[in-house]
Amino acid sequence: MIVTPYRSRLREGPYGFADLLRAEWTKFRTVRGWVIGVIAGALAIAALALAPAQQGSCNVAGCTVPVGPGGEEVSDGFYFVHQPLAGNGSITVRVTSLTGQIPVLTQSGGMRAGLVPWAKTGIIIKASTSPGSAYAAMMVTGSHGVRMQYDFTQDVPGLPGAVSAASPRWLRLTRSGDTITGYDSADGTHWARVGTATLAGLPPAAQAGLFTASPQYVQTSLGEASISGGPSVATGALDHVSLTWRSGAWAGDNVEGGGGLPASTVGFSQATGTFTITGSGDIAPAVSGGGGVGVTIAQTLVGTFAGLIVLAAVGAMFMTAEYRRRLIHVTLTAAPRRGRVLAAKAVVAGAVTFAAGLVSAAIAVVLGQRILRSNGAYVYPASALTQVRVIAGTAAVLAVAAVIALATGAILRRGVAAVAVVVVVIVLPYLFTVAAPILPYGPAGWLLRLTPVAAFAVQQTLVQYPQVSNTYTAAYGYYPLPPWAGLAVLCAWAALALGLAAFLLRRRDA
Amino acid sequence: MSSTPAPAARRADPWYADAGHALHAEWTKARTAGGTTWLLPAVIAATVAVGGAVATATRCPAAGCGQDPAKVSLSGIDLAQAVVAIQAVLMISGEYGTGMIQVTLTAMPRRTTMLAAKAAILTGLVMVAGTVAVLGSVLAGRLILPGHGFNPAHGYPLLSLADGTYLRAAAGSVLYLALIGLLALGIATAVRDSAAAIGAVLGLLYLFPVIAAAVSSPHWQRHLEQIAPMSAGLAIQATTGLNTLPINPWAGLGVLAAWTAGALLAGALLLRIRDA
Repeated sequence: MIVTPYRSRLREGPYGFADLLRAEWTKFRTVRGWVIGVIAGALAIAALALAPAQQGSCNVAGCTVPVGPGGEEVSDGFYFVHQPLAGNGSITVRVTSLTGQIPVLTQSGGMRAGLVPWAKTGIIIKASTSPGSAYAAMMVTGSHGVRMQYDFTQDVPGLPGAVSAASPRWLRLTRSGDTITGYDSADGTHWARVGTATLAGLPPAAQAGLFTASPQYVQTSLGEASISGGPSVATGALDHVSLTWRSGAWAGDNVEGGGGLPASTVGFSQATGTFTITGSGDIAPAVSGGGGVGVTIAQTLVGTFAGLIVLAAVGAMFMTAEYRRRLIHVTLTAAPRRGRVLAAKAVVAGAVTFAAGLVSAAIAVVLGQRILRSNGAYVYPASALTQVRVIAGTAAVLAVAAVIALATGAILRRGVAAVAVVVVVIVLPYLFTVAAPILPYGPAGWLLRLTPVAAFAVQQTLVQYPQVSNTYTAAYGYYPLPPWAGLAVLCAWAALALGLAAFLLRRRDA
Repeated sequence: MSSTPAPAARRADPWYADAGHALHAEWTKARTAGGTTWLLPAVIAATVAVGGAVATATRCPAAGCGQDPAKVSLSGIDLAQAVVAIQAVLMISGEYGTGMIQVTLTAMPRRTTMLAAKAAILTGLVMVAGTVAVLGSVLAGRLILPGHGFNPAHGYPLLSLADGTYLRAAAGSVLYLALIGLLALGIATAVRDSAAAIGAVLGLLYLFPVIAAAVSSPHWQRHLEQIAPMSAGLAIQATTGLNTLPINPWAGLGVLAAWTAGALLAGALLLRIRDA
């Protein structure tokens, strides 16, 4: 009798990378706790987006914000002394003074003398008096010299320095069709061109005149990044007004397009050729945060941290369980090339967490926005592409964090230490800079550039405008790094951890 | 006539002897386990290093800068609590990981007594390490902060433990660490797996403040800060703006104590009714 020895139906090694992947995937999906962990992490992200606490601040009437010619949300509130301009023409003015009042931020309240940096007075040509319409303006500002600004987002510097009776500023706007050119001068004879704006669709019958605006006063205490502020008011004195077209009567209107003081505190007077105009509000892009209104779609991803902690724990255990159960001996016997084992594990952990993160972040962003809006919040609109970036970026943050946890598990070989290190390294910088900011602006910015928490920049959807005073802090959704650069920082940490893990895995006795 | 004396029934040890043996056993384990020797120094190092770094980075350029110097100097507790949690989790989950728990429970069948002994030893160790850590942070704050604008000219008296409010913040931070240790011990007893336990503890501690900060409704934000173990517990560190705190300092520590009691009760109950 011939006995055929038993042969496994599995083919002989060495195994390819695909086999390793399959082996690791089998390990992952057959441990109930890990599968439950991934599902729980995904549910946490989706659930927190739908929680009833998701309400928004909305301090603008009707929860709507004017939209500028470029489609962006804008503030368009100022006092406008205007008359119609039909066709081409030029307006010239001399500014001799710009003063203001800012709120006293104590319980007694009231106002005190003071000028916000972007208080503005000057001349403007605007399509109409309705908020959000196209415009070009030459202005003197509180502490940024003469500027030419147009269509909310554009800002060109002119003569530097503050304005006074001894050092006045002459401003001129010249319209030719839909092109408006701005000039400035210190003496009214020597003129310099500041900039040229092309306002597409500027109607022949536009409004031209003088204006004053004074944006929200924002005070950041350097320490705790606690932010307070309130509406401010500014008064400009303008004389030597000359128009190249036959002038009519001046009309005064308070354009109410966001954030200014009520109409009773503003207005204008005219005496012996001098216009004194008091205005409040701003003509600029709308911003979120201390100086602004509304929330961003990142608000719907509050649960990212909950998911991240769970998924990082799963990622770490995926590695450390091998050591605890001595399975690592079997694994490394079957696949002696240790670096490839680590790579296979990283691919499986990364792919699983990315998929879970993608589904849950998509649910959170899509449904969470609806809930925020139905709860009366103003949500800054984000383009479809931006939303896809936020969703995919969040999934990538979760996946890369899980890979870092896995690598840390391979380095430390103890589950408890690996989970604690990953959670602390990601959460603590976030806590110190965003959630409970104890660090001042400067050091907080460096933590947000260098530590893994930089990756949360991938959730930002807002743009910082130099011509708007605001607290551009991470707590309000403004990160120092652009989205993908932030994610790259996290990836660099992952590469570092994986490299060290691969090195130690090969050097050490398993 | 000879008689053999009847074997005396072995008298059960009174509870206090049991407790004494359990304490001795747990002390020996804690003293000789690898983790303790570096985790407790790590508590001290983490507290002083983070507190010193945050103090170095913070400036108070003018009066009324709204910054709390006690919170700044004691901010290292935010990190130290994670180390304390590791220590606590290892004390119980370490036994499940190695199977040591079988031996422990054979030698000490009264499971609640065993857990109480662990809790007592942990509390003692954390209190000692925490006291050294907090004193180190206080010293670092005293040396660094006055040079960064936290001085009487800006309305901040020099940090001194003779000041009742600051003493409360410092001593309260030590108590906070001890309560965090016990909370982690309770959770780890219930969860058993060390990685899952530390994930649960750190999630419970760190998630509340992160979520509270992101919630824009002030009403919900305040409630979250009142019930969160970390936010409420760390109210004990507040020395400025006391009338605007979501919860007053001792009540906040009380909230953390309630979480701890709940976790320990759940842990003890599961320990008794579950097979080890």
